[in-house]
Amino acid sequence: MTDTVLSWGRYPPYPQQCTAVHWRADLPQRLAALHAEVGQTLPYGNGRSYGDSCLAASDRVLSTRPLDRILSADWERGILVVEPGITLGEILTLAVHRGWFPRVTPGTRFVTVAGAIANDVHGKNHHRQGTFGCHVPRFGLYRSQDGLVTCSATEHPELYAATIGGLGLTGILVWAEVHLVPITSSQIDGLTQRFGSLREFLDLSAELDPAHEFSVAWVDCVARGAAAGRGVYMAGDFAPAGTLEPLKEGGLSVPFTPPFSLVNRWSLRLFNEAYWRRHPARRQRARVGFQPFFYPLDGVLHWNRIYGRQGFQQYQCVIPWAAADTALPELLAVIAASGQGSFLAVLKRFGDRPSPGWLSFPCPGVTLALDFPNHRDRNAGLFGRLDAVVRAAGGRLYPAKDAHMTPDDFRRSYPRWEDLERLRDPLLLSRFWQRVTA
Amino acid sequence: MKRILVFGATSAIARACCRRWLEVAAQEGADPVHFHLVARAPEPLEQTASDLRARGAVSVTTQCADLADSAGHPALVQAALRDLGEIDRVLIAHGTLPDQAACERDPELALREFAVNGTSVIALLLHLANVMTDQGRGTIAVITSVAGDRGRPSNYVYGSAKAAVSTCCEGLRARLFRAGVHLIDIRPGFVDTPMTAGLNLPRALVATPEQVARRIVHGIERQRDVLYVPAFWALILGVIRAIPRPLFKRLSL
Repeated sequence: MTDTVLSWGRYPPYPQQCTAVHWRADLPQRLAALHAEVGQTLPYGNGRSYGDSCLAASDRVLSTRPLDRILSADWERGILVVEPGITLGEILTLAVHRGWFPRVTPGTRFVTVAGAIANDVHGKNHHRQGTFGCHVPRFGLYRSQDGLVTCSATEHPELYAATIGGLGLTGILVWAEVHLVPITSSQIDGLTQRFGSLREFLDLSAELDPAHEFSVAWVDCVARGAAAGRGVYMAGDFAPAGTLEPLKEGGLSVPFTPPFSLVNRWSLRLFNEAYWRRHPARRQRARVGFQPFFYPLDGVLHWNRIYGRQGFQQYQCVIPWAAADTALPELLAVIAASGQGSFLAVLKRFGDRPSPGWLSFPCPGVTLALDFPNHRDRNAGLFGRLDAVVRAAGGRLYPAKDAHMTPDDFRRSYPRWEDLERLRDPLLLSRFWQRVTA
Repeated sequence: MKRILVFGATSAIARACCRRWLEVAAQEGADPVHFHLVARAPEPLEQTASDLRARGAVSVTTQCADLADSAGHPALVQAALRDLGEIDRVLIAHGTLPDQAACERDPELALREFAVNGTSVIALLLHLANVMTDQGRGTIAVITSVAGDRGRPSNYVYGSAKAAVSTCCEGLRARLFRAGVHLIDIRPGFVDTPMTAGLNLPRALVATPEQVARRIVHGIERQRDVLYVPAFWALILGVIRAIPRPLFKRLSL
């Protein structure tokens, strides 16, 4: 079947034609054939990167999603060796009832393992466990000139470091060893508390993050004046006793893409006010299943369609700890003044555990992420103002979410980009890489 | 305990069905599943076996064979019986999608394709029928196709081979019924698999192997006779079968 795909934000709108790889042994031939036909390509997993980092410069991607097999499973030690296209959700269906869980999971279970490595994704436990790449000690990488190369901290250590957070440019992942964490229940003992300002958020996370495995906060991005910076802090840990409930599939779905965005300043204000009021002012504890805790948005399939045909962009930056106090309120003031934003605006305090990856996004600091319905002045207007604040604070943007970063900002924020460029497989090139290294 | 023998085990639909059996077993409280897999290509076969072991199959044994060689069928089935002891389910899923235009230029090619998709399946069915009759229980599931319901100019070589299998199933089902053995004829529509890669299919009608596997495994366990997957194909084929011949021959389907 011929099929075209976009990135998760549906922007920039370059439909990608897919060539699927179904067996590991077919990879060299598929890649060579595609190279002969179109020049450079890019591995594509489940399309959860938001911007153009998953789009091939040639608009012809190599889909590794069908490579979803498990090579071996050690359920005694919690070690899986998997093909690149398996998703975290598929791992969850096998692991949870056996008492295992991914050591790091992002906010969606629909990412592939290769995508999680290539973007070195993080989760609510970054302050303790670091990034996804910290828990992938070895992988096999197919390179057009070297063939299959096993990479780890000791075998081809440069390729190992370049590939974690390497945006799929160093080669095509063929297998990866993923380490899991044992759990005794699939429920989360959660804690929720509202905060009235960013200062309160920073104090709360400084107090509670060290005591909990998971933490994240929602921030009201339209609140202004005295309410500015208000939000809800959430922390949690796997409940020590409870049941191991398997993953439940299904839920609601957005069946089609409306012609315009359903997220606008009125719906946003209404939602944020209601969400704020729903949460307790005082600290409250409750036990919840792991799905609503980790994957609240996965309950609505194709939720990216609510932003309409224009698509959306996510703005995710990290501000170093020292500058967080001043830069975060500035960012929120710029966003609130614009009246734009999304229901889901996320704050999270990163820890200082280093990633093995050269181009990994997290650094010791606070990250802010929120979605914006797309329109034509977006990049020059609001994003330009936000970029100036991030730049002044010494922060940086997340390539996995990006569709607008300037080449200058990219090179300044990721000084090792030239090392990655040196190790890039010449047959692979993304629109993102073309844009920021131009 | 469930002992499952799969022919064409590396086909996308067969792989998805095997995974689905394991999922169902896990949900229903660890009903252990044993597989014996038969396929032509050794490397994909071994990768499929490892995957099923990791997903919880108690045992997975394999045999490499070209099923177009029907003389080899008895030995294959004997070896499977040795490994499994008894056979609870058989899934026959091997096949190809012939290039219709090439078959029209080369009748010998058409016959070879017919052998793979038609006569080799019939030979295997007849042999299995004897073995299963001796056993007095179990279910045989055969993947045919909606293409067998009516000959269409675009793929009547494939369609006629599938139709031959379906007609054989109809008669064999009645014979096996008396022996306590069930036979199910599974007719998928368009499925997104390597076999259909490159075909220009109407997107809304294309199902994933995972979707069809859910319905197939459910249908096998419920002992359905004929199963269209997804279900809406029963409706579409109802309409297509009702088109009068003078009109049908003028359509380019």
